[in-house]
Amino acid sequence: MVQKARSLSPTNQRASGANGNSRINAKNADESLHSPAILLERYRSMLLIRRFEEKAGQLYGMGAIGGFCHLYIGQEAVVTGIQAALIPGDSIITSYRDHGHMIATGMDAKGVMAELTGRRDGYSHGKGGSMHMFSREKGFFGGHGIVGAQVPLGTGLAFAHKYREDGHVCVTYFGDGASNQGQIYEAMNMASLWKVPQIFVIENNRYGMGTAVARIAAGTKLYKRGEGFGIPGRTVNGMDVTEVEQAAREAVSAARKGQGPYILEMETYRYRGHSMSDPAKYRSKEEVADMRDHHDPINHVAKLLEQAGVDEEKLKAIDNEVKAICSDAAEFALASPEPDASELWTDVLVEA
Amino acid sequence: MATQILMPALSPTMTEGKLSKWLKNQGDTVKSGDVIAEIETDKATMEVEAVDEGILRQILVPAGTEGVAVNTPIAVVGEANEDISALAAGGKAGGAKPSPSKMAAASTQEPVAAAKPVAVTSSIPQETEYAGKTEKKTVREALRDAMAEEMRRDPSVFLMGEEVAQYQGAYKVSQGLLDEFGAKRVIDAPISEMGFAGLGVGAALSGLRPIIEFMTFNFAMQALDQIINSAAKTLYMSGGQMGAPIVFRGPNGAASRVAAQHSQCYASWYAHCPGLKVVAPYSAADAKGLLKSAIRDPNPVIFLEHEILYGASFEVPTDPDYVVPIGRARVARRGRDVTITAFSYSVKTALEAAELLAAEGIEAEVIDLRSIRPLDVATIVESVKRTNRLVTVEEGWGFAGIGGEVAMQVIEHAFDYLDAPPVRVCGADVPLPYAANLEKLALPQPAGVFSAVKAVMYR
Repeated sequence: MVQKARSLSPTNQRASGANGNSRINAKNADESLHSPAILLERYRSMLLIRRFEEKAGQLYGMGAIGGFCHLYIGQEAVVTGIQAALIPGDSIITSYRDHGHMIATGMDAKGVMAELTGRRDGYSHGKGGSMHMFSREKGFFGGHGIVGAQVPLGTGLAFAHKYREDGHVCVTYFGDGASNQGQIYEAMNMASLWKVPQIFVIENNRYGMGTAVARIAAGTKLYKRGEGFGIPGRTVNGMDVTEVEQAAREAVSAARKGQGPYILEMETYRYRGHSMSDPAKYRSKEEVADMRDHHDPINHVAKLLEQAGVDEEKLKAIDNEVKAICSDAAEFALASPEPDASELWTDVLVEA
Repeated sequence: MATQILMPALSPTMTEGKLSKWLKNQGDTVKSGDVIAEIETDKATMEVEAVDEGILRQILVPAGTEGVAVNTPIAVVGEANEDISALAAGGKAGGAKPSPSKMAAASTQEPVAAAKPVAVTSSIPQETEYAGKTEKKTVREALRDAMAEEMRRDPSVFLMGEEVAQYQGAYKVSQGLLDEFGAKRVIDAPISEMGFAGLGVGAALSGLRPIIEFMTFNFAMQALDQIINSAAKTLYMSGGQMGAPIVFRGPNGAASRVAAQHSQCYASWYAHCPGLKVVAPYSAADAKGLLKSAIRDPNPVIFLEHEILYGASFEVPTDPDYVVPIGRARVARRGRDVTITAFSYSVKTALEAAELLAAEGIEAEVIDLRSIRPLDVATIVESVKRTNRLVTVEEGWGFAGIGGEVAMQVIEHAFDYLDAPPVRVCGADVPLPYAANLEKLALPQPAGVFSAVKAVMYR
């Protein structure tokens, strides 16, 4: 693949490579991102998300989680890399494939899992479920079930950062499927017009539910979708946490400086179906196997760590540690009682 | 530690399935993510992935078995030399694995009555009698004053909408606000209702207090998803963590000769949804007092104005602390013979009808609902208990409308007091026509209210 840097200046965008892919120039990359200590942190964060999702999938299979459940497995490098570029006080908003985002922001795995099981100790006391969870403390503003609706909300969060002049940014995640929602362009227009600190992160996992991007998008270079509004954008290898983090740092830094919004199109892949009940017949087994075997974001970091001389036992210990967190979370989520019947009527309105 | 693999539920509705194929054999090593089997659910053939690592020690349910219930142990994974006899016997594992019976989340709690009253007026503050100074103001000025006073009081309040700043408002409601508060707080939005409504909700979730003006509520249909799904439901979905203190305001209902797409009344649409408050004032004093309450309210408030009323003048309290609590109706005219409920412009229609009725010796009590949700059921019921008759007036369509709700509340709470079936006076059940004569025929008129009252009085 062609390696090219993409300028932050909207007037200096270049398409690169036949597949529209571009990579951050290695010489611009912060070498410290490759240090074993940093990579170990990222490895642990990504693995925690994966093990959490595997556990969630298992609980769904046991009937302990109901309704819809959209797993993030395969896409872990995206939220992990982005979150690494943020500071407390920044805000994050996404749609319904949101468990990874919550774990990445530092929300407690127990509270997230207990919400998945619809129990009292869940983040929303069992009233939101998989697609609707929030944490004001962690700056996580949901968790939204309507495709694309979180994007104007994110512009509002970014607007509030600018209004308060607090120096924070809002990262707004959406998928390739949502990229064809009209309200996203209303939001981009306003975000750019008012130069609000909003980073649009498009998690392009190639399929909006079961429909491949090229089948429903007249232009598949989603990072260019802000061009008409003067919003710079670029693609990033969303299977490489270091590249994600590097790109996020640049976009976040520009936004913090008042340069306005930025689009990062993450080329990523979900291993599982759209939701638990999706047999994923719209793609070949070979395609999935290739991504798992040759592009897995966690294996990639594991290899780098091995090359850097980190003991395999060390990685195994991390795996055991995060597995324990997820097992504890599952146990907690199954032991937590259902919400009290009186909870049916609470939280409809704030009592003034 | 050895564990059982259970037959998974792979759709929200699956209770059993066919174990069609094993992709791993006994003795194979499996790691998390490996596809180990295929099952047919009620919808499709799905792959089963391993979660635990180890050796596939024993397959308990052979390939081809149909009707395997969810949570049946189908295999055992463990280490090479582990004793798995207890698990392989097919019994449900204890301890680490929660039992399926624990999974069955069917609630044993008592069912809760579906008909919890919409209005809980007891918790709503009583309106205090205002005895201070007043001055004559139009509804337009009263709304502007309410916004200006609240923006002076709270720096987190801002106004956003089409033409609200430089143009001073499409209907001049925001006259002078840009000059006083500047472009940071009085913001011209692009014609992007869904976008700026969503932006407002996002800002509200983070704690600001946006006032979002729709040039008319007809255009807010473009933003309905953000109003209902994002503004009204987030507090509940977040378990009370995050609400949206936001006001959506603008003219609602029929103006004059603007035809079907610019004339709809949305009161019943919004009033249907829990998580919203809906107000629709008639007088300038109420417009001001209620808008101030709406801006201070920690919940999303739909504030329905009326274009024809913007220029109408009323006495308005000058005290900047004057507010009208949301959820209290106002008796606009006392009477003993019949109760007429109305809101927004229809209050004028009802009051004019009351004059016509008075000439015939019929004393109508006119209740200005002011607040649609919460609805002041107590005031309506108390009135009907005295008059024994009810006529409702609204510009909107009757079917599933506010009149239907008012009548049902009265039936629930004062059925035995009614001397006649309630009658609804509503907009005609057609898209509003343009022609002047047809438009008049389609909207409630004093003569129609007059006739309705005569009907419920059998006169």
